[in-house]
Amino acid sequence: MIVTKNITKTFGKLKALNDISVSFNKGECIALLGPNGCGKTTLIKSILGMVVPDKGSIEFNGRTINREWLYRSQVGYMPQIGRYPENMTIANVIEMMKDIRKDSKVHLDEDLIQSFDLGALMNKKMHTLSGGTRQKVSACLAFLFNPDVLILDEPTAGLDPVSSEKLKDKILLEKEKGKLILITSHVLSELDDLITEVFYMQDGRLMFYKKLSELKADTGEEKLSKAIAKIMVA
Amino acid sequence: MKKILKYVIVDIIQNKIVLIYTFLLLLISLSVFNLESNAAKGLLSLLNIILILVPLISIIFSTIYIYNSSEFIELLVSQPVKRKSIWLSLFGGLAASLSLAFFIGAGIPILLYHADATGITMILTGLFLTVIFVSIAMLAAGITRDKAKGIGLSILLWLYFSLIFDALVLFFLFQFQDYPLERAMVFFSFLNPIDLGRVQILLQMDISALMGYTGAIFREFFGNQVGVVLSFFGLFIWIAIPLFISLKKFSKKDL
Repeated sequence: MIVTKNITKTFGKLKALNDISVSFNKGECIALLGPNGCGKTTLIKSILGMVVPDKGSIEFNGRTINREWLYRSQVGYMPQIGRYPENMTIANVIEMMKDIRKDSKVHLDEDLIQSFDLGALMNKKMHTLSGGTRQKVSACLAFLFNPDVLILDEPTAGLDPVSSEKLKDKILLEKEKGKLILITSHVLSELDDLITEVFYMQDGRLMFYKKLSELKADTGEEKLSKAIAKIMVA
Repeated sequence: MKKILKYVIVDIIQNKIVLIYTFLLLLISLSVFNLESNAAKGLLSLLNIILILVPLISIIFSTIYIYNSSEFIELLVSQPVKRKSIWLSLFGGLAASLSLAFFIGAGIPILLYHADATGITMILTGLFLTVIFVSIAMLAAGITRDKAKGIGLSILLWLYFSLIFDALVLFFLFQFQDYPLERAMVFFSFLNPIDLGRVQILLQMDISALMGYTGAIFREFFGNQVGVVLSFFGLFIWIAIPLFISLKKFSKKDL
């Protein structure tokens, strides 16, 4: 579904992505892991077309995404730090998104708005919201249009345990529908029952990309966190 | 594109600065016309105010607005929307609302007190200057990531076009006074949209006699139909080129 071919991106002297070639397929739930600043977010932003790679190409459903934009109607993106027009209310932002993506005749998925109880906060301006509430708005927008691909950058960072559990349940539900889900997170323990593959990066390079079960077999560990720890030390 | 334009315009209207700018222009133009006994004199005073104020407000407001829209831009870039339509909507929204402000604030008083060819040329020039400086602001904000740098660059560009350019031209004329430079002057005025606008209005007002021999050359060049068309074409180029460069820049920008 998403294929990247030899993509490289440098910011000044820093090589954020170094010759990354990978293919993500429908039905997979992939954890993008790696230390801070290893290029996870840059990879995600390249797939979304927010960052333009220096070299290489990215294909979405067999078509290169260079200067394309329509493919993004099949993607739901939850940014690491959601930035929204400060003087709009939550309702304004959601209405605007619906208005802009209206042409896609999909069924709107407002489950998260209900389970997060955002209804009561609808008339609050974005600049008055706490970090966690912003994160909830980001999550709602990512799932709202029932996209085939979900890209979640640190989805549970800043969420309280109850909300984070609700979001995890929602991700599991979408995974069962056979969607492609990309997640980055540093809380490895919560990824255990979500993901099917592990994509591990370091200093802009892809270290390995394999099935979770394979990784567990290779390292002889039952828990993802232990397995990753073993690799990082080794 | 239309949808995004709508959101930009609604946002600019909610931001009260453009309303204040409209009232300020209205206040200035009404008082200028009422203070001067002669409407033509009033128009001349208004010209000088417009040539300073309109570029200044257009460039500074637009630059700050573009930086403040960074969240809006970031939000839309990850959505199924063309980058080109985001950038052009920002430009369109700014140009439309500032032009409307100019038209209400200065255009209507001019039409009330001095509705002839000169007055209409002045309104057209004011509208062109508004859009040109929005376009230059798009460029200034598009090439610098840092907000303070971008606003600084805008102020410098405004200073350059309204003061420094004239000083440079004067210096040049003084240095090369032994040579016939009148034709070169016509060329120079195309390098500065404010000069281009000023020359056009002064010629319309029939006081080009005050501008000496160079004025006569200007008259020869600008006075006839071809000259007017060419100078409006020059103003149009001043809108198109900065906007085009900024659009190219934005389509490759990392967000």
